[in-house]
Parts: sequence; structure tokens; C-alpha cells
Amino acid sequence: MRPATLFEKLWNAHRIADVGDGADLIRIDRHFLHDLSGPLSLKMLGDRGLRVRAPQLTFAMADHGVPTAPGAWLEGNERALQALRAACARHGVRLFDLGSAEQGIVHVTGPELGLTLPGLSIVCGDSHTSTHGAFGALAWGVGNTEVLHVLATQALVVPRPATMRIRCEGRLAPGVAAKDLILTLIGRLGTAGASGHAVEFAGTAIDAMSMEDRMSLCNLATELGATFALIAPDAVTEAYVRDRAYAPRGAEWTDAVAAWRRLPTDPEATFDSEVVADAAAVAPQVTWGVTPQDVAGIDGRVPDPAAAPDPATRRRWEAALDYMGLQPGAPISGVAIQNVFIGSCANGRLGDLQAAAHVVRGRRVPAHVRAWIVPGSQAVSQAARAEGLDRVFLDAGFAWREPGCSMCLGMNGDVVAPGERCVSTSNRNFVGRQGPGARTHLASPQMAAAAAVAGALVDVREILR
Amino acid sequence: MTAFTRLTSKAVPLLLDDVDTDIITPIGRVLQGREAMVKYAFEPLRFDETGAPRADCPLNDPVFQGAEILLAGANFGCGSSRETAAWAVKALGFRAVVATGFGAIFESNCFRNGILPVSLPSDAVRALAETARDGGDLSLDLDARSVDDGRTRLTFPISDFRREGLLRGVDELDLILGRLGDIAAFEAADRALRPWVSPVRPSAAVAPNLSDGR
Ligand code: SF4
Repeated sequence: MRPATLFEKLWNAHRIADVGDGADLIRIDRHFLHDLSGPLSLKMLGDRGLRVRAPQLTFAMADHGVPTAPGAWLEGNERALQALRAACARHGVRLFDLGSAEQGIVHVTGPELGLTLPGLSIVCGDSHTSTHGAFGALAWGVGNTEVLHVLATQALVVPRPATMRIRCEGRLAPGVAAKDLILTLIGRLGTAGASGHAVEFAGTAIDAMSMEDRMSLCNLATELGATFALIAPDAVTEAYVRDRAYAPRGAEWTDAVAAWRRLPTDPEATFDSEVVADAAAVAPQVTWGVTPQDVAGIDGRVPDPAAAPDPATRRRWEAALDYMGLQPGAPISGVAIQNVFIGSCANGRLGDLQAAAHVVRGRRVPAHVRAWIVPGSQAVSQAARAEGLDRVFLDAGFAWREPGCSMCLGMNGDVVAPGERCVSTSNRNFVGRQGPGARTHLASPQMAAAAAVAGALVDVREILR
Repeated sequence: MTAFTRLTSKAVPLLLDDVDTDIITPIGRVLQGREAMVKYAFEPLRFDETGAPRADCPLNDPVFQGAEILLAGANFGCGSSRETAAWAVKALGFRAVVATGFGAIFESNCFRNGILPVSLPSDAVRALAETARDGGDLSLDLDARSVDDGRTRLTFPISDFRREGLLRGVDELDLILGRLGDIAAFEAADRALRPWVSPVRPSAAVAPNLSDGR
């Protein structure tokens, strides 16, 4: 057989029909709904008089609009969730609702529950669905109309993308996280660097990563413009998936594992483009602007628009610095901050909280800094509490919140005040993303924790020294 | 869905890079419903902190009133998958967006809403913007894959699948529903091939508590 990449094997396994002109009809194995995009598409389904074709493959989560303080609902959000509840009940779709032990951010709970498996095709009306690609699944975000298509037919028409491999060789240095690696790549390749591509991350740095770190990496591949992010399943993947609530058991487990082991890219297979990165050379990163590619090492400086390579870039940098309230050429380390948000589907998992707690333990957050921990799910929250991590954070002056998307997107009442800075472990530093006028600095959980205790942007490696 | 073949219109030059879907439809406005979403589309660009329209934003410039083409920079519509961004662009009267590049989900949402997204190199978009600022019309011809500003005629890349779909005004859902036989056949074969795909229903699953335990 012709040598194939992981992507090609997944694509071929899900191809129902060639619909011509470079597009295929693709079978969907898992469909995740959430309280922001779900109700709209379910209404579209009802309006067309259609029913959910495969409710047993469809799962709904309450995450985007839920309050992270008990009962602190924003008007409209509760109504959206009620609409989702009613539609799920009508169509026989399981909803992981508030108050259930399985509730959390869709990209955290899907894997936790074993709904996300290698070899599956997974879609959600959410751009960070690429996260699930960390398992060697064909996973991508879609719009509301496509959600409708999947609800009605369990299939989607998808144009075939180009392929790209990003080899990350070497080991990340102590204090450096998967988040720093992906931010470095976004800084280097740009927010459209992988546009129109299925990206496979490979190399020794990936092999050495936990599933949680692989998920952070694939999560932010969306900010590279990638349509799909992928990592080949291996022993780490199998160990993570095994015995999860919805994962296959017995003979089906054996069959599944055998199929998964055939997925990795064949040695002779080729990609449309290849990128190589030196993981050992990556430093802790912080964004200074309003897109994830506006990023620099913590030991770096804010760029000077006067030194921009072209007029368009100069204007973009000027506007970014104006919005962010930063001086051209100023050192990034030392910038005073007022908020810290540790959470989101990028970095709201147990390992992220452990890494942050390691920095925070025995230290204090200054009084003028508002620092939040928002676990990505009830399961993360419970596991963290069982280890006493909540005490570590509370003792240091952090707030410990209920799971949800929270300050990642500013639609649930959790916002940063206009003009204030927030070091955030989320994935987007767009204008107004954390609330109108909010100034977001993306960073790893370690770096966010260090900023919380220092009250300023600081190199976590100095704090830990 | 309405078909797209040809369009001649004024164009609004909004040559900024990375105009994301949070800018096109800010989440606060999405939650306020369709009317607010359209009224406040591009809010951070069109309105200042006090809510007053910014005179220097091309989207507010009366000169471009009635334009059906939007000119944009690199990575237009990147970010969140919210289809509201495509709906708002359409509701503002645009039937085509010519940009240096697009966010993937936004681009695909455009096709499903009858909006033609055209990608061209940045110098070409800048040249079109000059024409637009001088008050000139642009002409888009999807059949010929071309854009003409009266000075130059350029061709743009577009996949055959997308081009055909727009030209014929194909509703993708109808296309898929027409393939239900293929889908059912695939499902039957796949059940035997990959039985492990169906999720196990854990017997001890926690019953969702609809009363909101918080
Ligand atoms: S945490 Fe943020 S990026 Fe992730 S699903 Fe929620 S809103 Fe989207």
C-alpha cells in the first residue's frame, strides 16, 4: 500500500463519498454541542423539521455561559442553557449539565470522559476542537450551519486540506511549558502560518509530553490557522484513555488498540510542507499585542514600530501597543499587572494547576492583584481539591472558582476591567476578548502563577531559583 | 441559497490584518440578539469608548454607502467559529469580501451564506483599495474567477467545489440529504469494521441535576 500520513489514514477511514471538486463527504463519530452554539443550531434543525440522526453520538456541555460563582447568572445565558436542556431532552441527547460531576469545558471533559478517542472524527461548533487531535483524532471546529448538517446527517462536506508536519526535537527546559512551545511557533509562523492545513506535531519533544500538554499544543494550533491538529497515538495516549467512563472495554478495547497502532504516519509518507523546531531553545513566552503571534520571550522587549519590516506591520504594531498601553522597546519583564486568570480549554487541566501551584506554594499574591483559578471541569476541580491544591491557591490569595469558560471569552460575567492587564492562560488576546478594553497577556500556567505572586510580568525561572 | 455569479459595486477598504470574529460580532452583542449584533458589527472599529461612531472608520464613511464588496487585510475572520460574523457581514449588505487571507471557519461559513470570499496578494488588494477610495467600482465574476477595477483584471483562486456551489446556489444540507443512502451504507459497514466507535454508556453515570446545584 502507498505510504500514508496519520491524517490521510484518518481521512480515508471516514470518507463516505467523493462529492467532486476536491471535497469529500466525511462521517462524524462524535458531535459535541455547547450552550453558546448548540441552541442556535438545534433551533435551525427544528425549523427545517429535522431530527438528530445519531443522538447516541451527540453530547452537550454547559460551559461557555455558565457562572463560575454560584448562581451569578447573566441574563440570557441561563435562557440559552434552558433552551439547550429542552432540545437535548426532546432529541435524546445526553447533556452534562451544571450540578453534574461530568460538567466542564467541552475540550476538557470530552477527553476526560473517554468520549474522545484515537481514530475518531470529532466536530464541535467551537474553533478549539483541534484540541482533540492530540489523541490522533480527526477533530475540527465548524460553524452553526455545519452543526446543523451534522445533527441532521452525521456527515459533513469537507474540502481536502494540505498537510504539514511540525517536528519539535529536543526537550523543553525546566520552567518552560508546552504553551511556550506553541506560542513560539505561532510567533515564528504567524496566525495564518498553517492556514488550510492539517498539521501533525511530531518529534522527541512531543513523544515526551503528557496528554494534557499535547492537548494544550493542539488547542493553540487553531491560532496557527490550522484546520486540523494531530499527534499520533502512542502508549501515553492508550494509558490516558484506558478505563475512562465512555471508552471501549474488553474485546472492543483490544480491537480499538490494534486499530490505533496502525494510525501513525508511515516512515516513507510525505507532507506538503515540513517545519522543524528546536524545543530545547524555547524560552517562557508572553504576548504583548492583540493576536497570539504578537509574542516574545520574557527576556525580550516590546517591538518598536519604527523598526517594523513594512508599513502595514508598523501600523499594526502601533495600534496593538496603543491598545495594550505599552511603550516601544520597553522590557517585557516588569510590566505591572492587575489580573491573573488560570483556566480555559488551553490550560485548565490538573497538570496545569499542579504546575501553577508549584510556583505559588508559600508565596502571596499582592493585594492589588485579582488572581483566579478556574478548573476546566468538575473532575479537574475535584482531583485538585483531593491533592490540596485549592488550599495552596486560597492561602496565597487566589480565588477558587467553579468550572467553565469564565474569563476566556468574557460572556459569563467574568471580565477584566477596561484598561487593566490580565495574564491569562487562555488562547486569545484579541481586542476586547476578556471584556471591552481589557489587555490580555497570554502565557503558560507557570508564568501566570509567577506574575500573580510578583504583581508583574516576570520570568518564572527567577521566581523558582 | 441565492446563487452568486457576477457583482459590480463600490467597495469599502478596511485594510486591517487579523480582524477576528470577536471584532466583527463582539460576544456581548451576540448575546443581545440579532438586531444589536448587526447594529454593532465591527464595534471596536466603528465606535469609540463613548459609543460615538468613529469618523475615520471606512465602514462609517457615507462615501461607501451601499457598497456590496468589503476589502480586508490578512487573516480576516480569524478566531471564534461563530457564524454570527458571516451573518453580520451579510446583513451589512456585503456579498463579497476580498482579502489577503481568511480564517478557515469564517471562510467556509461565508460560502454557506452566499458570500464570496476572494483571496488575493496584499499588493493586489491595496491596488483595489486605491480604486475604491477614488470612488471606482469593482467587478467580480465568479464564473471567470476574476476581479476587475477598470484598470486591471486579476484572477483569483477558488476551489471547484466552492465555485460550483456558489454559482448554482447549492444548499449543502440538501446535497448531503441527497446522499443518505451512501451514509446508511457507510454506517452499516463501519459498525462491523469499527464496533468500538459507539460510546459505552456507563451504568454508573451521574444523573444530570437540572436544579443547578450551585
Ligand atoms: S475556554 Fe475559551 S477557547 Fe475554550 S471553549 Fe471556552 S471560550 Fe472557547
